[in-house]
Amino acid sequence: MPPDLTAPAAWLPLFFFVAMGIAVLSYVVLDGYDLGVGLLLNRTADHNKDMMIASIGPFWDANETWIVLGVGLLLVAFPLAHGTVLTELYLPVTAMLIGLILRGVSFDFRVKVNTSQKPLWNFLFYLGSLIASVAQGVMIGRLIVGFESGFLGWVFAFLVGICLPAGYALLGSTWLILKTEGELQKQAMGWAKVSLWLTAGGVGLVSIATPYFSPEIMNKWFVMPNILWLSPIPLLTAALFLLVLKSISALQSGASKKEWIPFVAVVAIFWLSFFGIAYSIFPYVIVGKMTLWQAAAATESLYVIFWGAIVVLPTILIYTFYSYRVFWGKARELSYQ
Amino acid sequence: MIDTLLLSRIQFGANISFHILFPTISIALGWFLLYFKLQHNKTGDSSWQDAYQFWVKIFALTFALGVVSGITMSFQFGTNWPGYMEVVGNIAGPLLAYEVLTAFFLEATFLGVMLFGAKRVSQRVHTMSIFLVAFGTTLSAFWIIALNSWMHTPQGFSMVDGRAFADDWFAIIFNPSMPYRLLHMMVASFLTVSFLLAGLSAYRYLRGCRASANHAVLRLALTSAMILTPVQIVLGDLHGLNTLEHQPAKLAAMEGIWEGGKGVPAVLIGIPDPKTQSNRYEVSIPKLASFYLTHDWNGEVKGLNDFGDKIPPVAPVFFAFRIMVGIGLLMLLASWLGRWQLRGGRELPHWMAKGLVLMTFSGWIGVLAGWYVTEIGRQPYLVTGVLTTAEAVTKLPTGMVLSSLLAYLAVYVGLLFAYIWVVFYLTRKVDDKSIAQPSIIPTSASTTNPLGAQ
Repeated sequence: MPPDLTAPAAWLPLFFFVAMGIAVLSYVVLDGYDLGVGLLLNRTADHNKDMMIASIGPFWDANETWIVLGVGLLLVAFPLAHGTVLTELYLPVTAMLIGLILRGVSFDFRVKVNTSQKPLWNFLFYLGSLIASVAQGVMIGRLIVGFESGFLGWVFAFLVGICLPAGYALLGSTWLILKTEGELQKQAMGWAKVSLWLTAGGVGLVSIATPYFSPEIMNKWFVMPNILWLSPIPLLTAALFLLVLKSISALQSGASKKEWIPFVAVVAIFWLSFFGIAYSIFPYVIVGKMTLWQAAAATESLYVIFWGAIVVLPTILIYTFYSYRVFWGKARELSYQ
Repeated sequence: MIDTLLLSRIQFGANISFHILFPTISIALGWFLLYFKLQHNKTGDSSWQDAYQFWVKIFALTFALGVVSGITMSFQFGTNWPGYMEVVGNIAGPLLAYEVLTAFFLEATFLGVMLFGAKRVSQRVHTMSIFLVAFGTTLSAFWIIALNSWMHTPQGFSMVDGRAFADDWFAIIFNPSMPYRLLHMMVASFLTVSFLLAGLSAYRYLRGCRASANHAVLRLALTSAMILTPVQIVLGDLHGLNTLEHQPAKLAAMEGIWEGGKGVPAVLIGIPDPKTQSNRYEVSIPKLASFYLTHDWNGEVKGLNDFGDKIPPVAPVFFAFRIMVGIGLLMLLASWLGRWQLRGGRELPHWMAKGLVLMTFSGWIGVLAGWYVTEIGRQPYLVTGVLTTAEAVTKLPTGMVLSSLLAYLAVYVGLLFAYIWVVFYLTRKVDDKSIAQPSIIPTSASTTNPLGAQ
């Protein structure tokens, strides 16, 4: 690590590393809930499907833009790592892109074709969401093991590839608890409970397996005093899982009306898990091979984007909040009028 | 030979060809929708509201296809062309970042308000949202065309240790070919949408629709095409002269000029043959190329042979250029004739309406042909004089690129057919009450929008 963080050549790459992390986290949480809704789409009756889609309709496009920002920041701030990362991830990236294409277009086609073709586009919406979520999980897994090519490296990647869709389903079902009512909302509570256990199991497994695969990551977590000040992360995560479970049970029994608690708690779980992964990887862009400073673009180019980002990012946040406020409350049927 | 380079080029070509179809429509259609909305706000005439309600559906579908195919583009740089960002990342990076930051989020967020928020916000805010979406798509075109043009005519940078470093951002953004390419593309977008509007309106007309909204859109589309086609021809000519100055090898390929010299003939048609370095079956007009390129019958023009091996594949550039020009001339003829036939409230003859239906997507052919001219014409370079395409390509195994290419192609072909089918289906549905409504929850757009019933 360059010792002097007052030098632009040191703090600018760090700024963009953090910004890239925020973009990826925003993507995982925001597109996570709408991919989750896609994963759950075929588990309910047809008349509920339109309402599920209506709950994500005004948002999915902007949600997806965060991944363009994430990969864009990788590309612009760390051009020397960008090529390596994306060629290493070639197949999962291709799968994810095809999944996102199918998902995005099915959203529009399903309401515009005639009734007999609607099940096809519903299925493609589900399939696209599934392919994209599994592929993203595999990508995260490969990133953590530093693209290790051995058999176990791939097993780990696929393990994450199974866990992430469970997490997205949890986000999606708690989103539906927040945005829908009646029969669909009751179903969503059931889905949330099932995906909660799957997600908790997944987070646990990945947390144990990650240090096993990387001695370097092991050294960052399981040495004194790190283990002490890091211990709130797993403990808090466990407490949040319990909170989600309790709050859904309370909603089911009618003891509580706070429909926002499960979703907010799940978002917090994602934040903590993300922080855990980010801490494990830092300061590498390619684990064990290239640090963020080695991969950084020219300082002058980073400055050009830095000033733009400082002005534009808050503006984006303001109008994103505005859009969520316009569509605040329970979802209503989608209409262009 | 089938290798990773060729497959990566085909894949990038397939991705970007598929992608550009949709922004080409959504850029100008956004502005047309804003016009419909403003006309409705101003006159209170419900025809404009009806026109908005119908075309916003096409817009939503088109926009979705543009977004998802665009995400693919952002990953392609890294997956297939890692050398690109490694060499010119300091230039390309900020331009792409500004596109995402200033345009993508703006259009994506206000698209939600524009499409689904009409009842939730005031009319003013809704109109403003349409403006912001149209503005966002245009701003996005500005940034990406600035970068693309810089790749054609790079300036404002210096090379240190094999990497490009920016010296002058104004020179980088407003590089020599940028104003021409941007204007040429913007007008191409408006022409594409003009013929889309005209084609689908003519289709409804042929199916018996006599709604005033449909007639108004048809007249508007033909008027806009009538004005813009000549403008486009002039812009294209200026762009060509700019290419002559900065990328003479590309221009020689467009014109099919192998031997340079004084008093060069204009090749109308022929088959360029790189082996003999001449055109087979050539039909040409003596000295004409010199005249329109240099404005002097004996002016000197360079030929392909003057550039050694740094020349693009000639035949694709030569033919794509002729296809683009042919589409342009057809558009000129169709728009002037059609608009003349509509004079004084007259109706379109059926044969003309059928012709316009056939030309519904003619803009796509022209736009693709034009981009093939300029992009294949830049070869063998990725960034003219700085980086060749072969230097930038990934080292991935051929089989991997082949499998992704086949997967993309299957998806793209399927979606392209689905898109064209749905566009015509939506058009039939407006006037045809007998087609069942697709949505189980009836959307008010499909139940209270009897365009044809007026």
